[in-house]
Amino acid sequence: MASFHGTKINPSKFHRSQLKFYLFLIPLSVFMAMPIVFIFSHAFKPIDELFAYPPRFFVQKPTFQNFIDLANNTSQTGVPISRYLFNSITVTLTVVVLTILISTMAGYVLSKKNFRLKKTIFEINTLALMFVPAAVVIPRYLLIENVGLLDTFLVHIFPLLAMPVGLFLVKQFIDQIPDELIEAAKIDGANDIQIFLKIIIPLVKPAIATITILSFQMVWNNIETSTLYVNDENLKTFAFFMSTLAANDSGNTVAGQGMAAAAALIMFIPNLIIFIILQSQVMNTMAHSGIK
Amino acid sequence: MQINKNHLSTTMFLAPYILFFVTFIILPVLAAVYLSFSYFNAIERPTFIGLSNYVSVITQDGVFMQFVLPNTLQFALVVGPGGYILSFLLAWMLAQIPKLPRTILALIIYSPSMTAGIAMAVVWTIIFSGDQTGYLNSLLITLGVLFEPIQFLQSPEHLMTIMMVVTLWGSMGVGFLAMLSGVLNINKEIYEAGYIDGIRNRFQEIIYITIPSMKPQMLFGAVMAVVGTFQAGAIGVALSGANPTPQYSGQLMVNHLEDYGFIRYEMGYAAAISVLLLLFVYIFSKIAWRLFGEKD
Repeated sequence: MASFHGTKINPSKFHRSQLKFYLFLIPLSVFMAMPIVFIFSHAFKPIDELFAYPPRFFVQKPTFQNFIDLANNTSQTGVPISRYLFNSITVTLTVVVLTILISTMAGYVLSKKNFRLKKTIFEINTLALMFVPAAVVIPRYLLIENVGLLDTFLVHIFPLLAMPVGLFLVKQFIDQIPDELIEAAKIDGANDIQIFLKIIIPLVKPAIATITILSFQMVWNNIETSTLYVNDENLKTFAFFMSTLAANDSGNTVAGQGMAAAAALIMFIPNLIIFIILQSQVMNTMAHSGIK
Repeated sequence: MQINKNHLSTTMFLAPYILFFVTFIILPVLAAVYLSFSYFNAIERPTFIGLSNYVSVITQDGVFMQFVLPNTLQFALVVGPGGYILSFLLAWMLAQIPKLPRTILALIIYSPSMTAGIAMAVVWTIIFSGDQTGYLNSLLITLGVLFEPIQFLQSPEHLMTIMMVVTLWGSMGVGFLAMLSGVLNINKEIYEAGYIDGIRNRFQEIIYITIPSMKPQMLFGAVMAVVGTFQAGAIGVALSGANPTPQYSGQLMVNHLEDYGFIRYEMGYAAAISVLLLLFVYIFSKIAWRLFGEKD
């Protein structure tokens, strides 16, 4: 009897006793998915359906008009939407690539090297998992002002590079790589850079996938940097622009609704695609995510 | 020479991370602690005033004591443990069904957290919009529950509830994934041993086998839940479109400190609130550590 009451963890096929779980999970998933389905539906609604009373959830005559409006829309300050998109894409790519690089580099030495502060550094990093950036916006603002990053492109990038969760996961993952493998490479004459590029990077791909997703979500959806540290409209990001579309809060948000929904869809799709591609790798990393 | 070279490359590998970590995480925290003991209006140099910021928070800040602190605790207690228990139960249930439906359902449940937070406020403002074209209003009127539309996002009675629902909706994130993989990776033999030892129902199975076997993932999930909860503060301002939120009904510590820091320029006072907030996060995480951490 490998199971209890006929069901078991990670079953290979359907069994009647699983029905009760579906009965709970499916309605809940429908509820969770509703706002997302709503964005999809709303983004394709023509203007008369956006204003329709009573409002309808699903689109009847789908149109691309909202996207066309969005593309032609320039913000009140005269910055075209393509500029915001360009900023977002550049910033996101840079942050993701650099975060992967510096986290795996640090993870490698914290896992496989012996030096005095090794344990302390990792403990501080574990403590920093609890760090809430929103709590220190003010000192951060003063710091960014003092180092002269205010109103520059780099302010989007630098503060997001150190990601304690990322380093934590990658280090736990590198711990699984046997030391013998690295010793053998050393005997063959490989130096640290070669070991890092030829052994560590290929073996920690699942952890890299996870950092990619986490840091992508963090940068791509980031509004704070644009709101707090950037005044120059040319340097703000798409996420920020989107948040201004529905910023008309006096109750009548209908006017910008179509565009806002179209923008929300553009924001959401990359998240979804990246997660679908990388999800199995992520689950693989999460098995080593425990804090001991 | 060999040792030196080795140290050099270790330093090289570690330096970039440490540089950014210290600059943007450690220094701001230290600066917050320092500023919290001073008067600073962002123009003159900070002057040391001892504990008086903290004293003011406790004795003079009526808004903080009357609204912000109770709101934050209410929000944190519902969203934190609520979201956490929900993540665990969902992860556990998902582990009981075959791979394909599990992957699809897990994706759906995870997807809100991809964009949760301010970015999604746009969608929520449309759904909760105060006029008759607001989707929730329209639905409730059609069902006969309401006779006239409610200004959901501007009303002190509803804002907090909406904030909690929205945050819970988006809280099945990394912690949820970690717990799902935790449940899936429990050794099947432990269950069999448990049945022989007389475990009689599902509930006992969860308490005596599942949770103890995945403590490390439970702890990771808990820390993520605490951090996520305290980070979610911006949602009230994003939904209602104003800081302070209507009659302070959705005012959390994060909003309060932005109110003082960026609107009133009382940076020292705001820093004291920052420090209190970090302490809250720390205490809550410590409780999680007590529950799930492995005792050495």
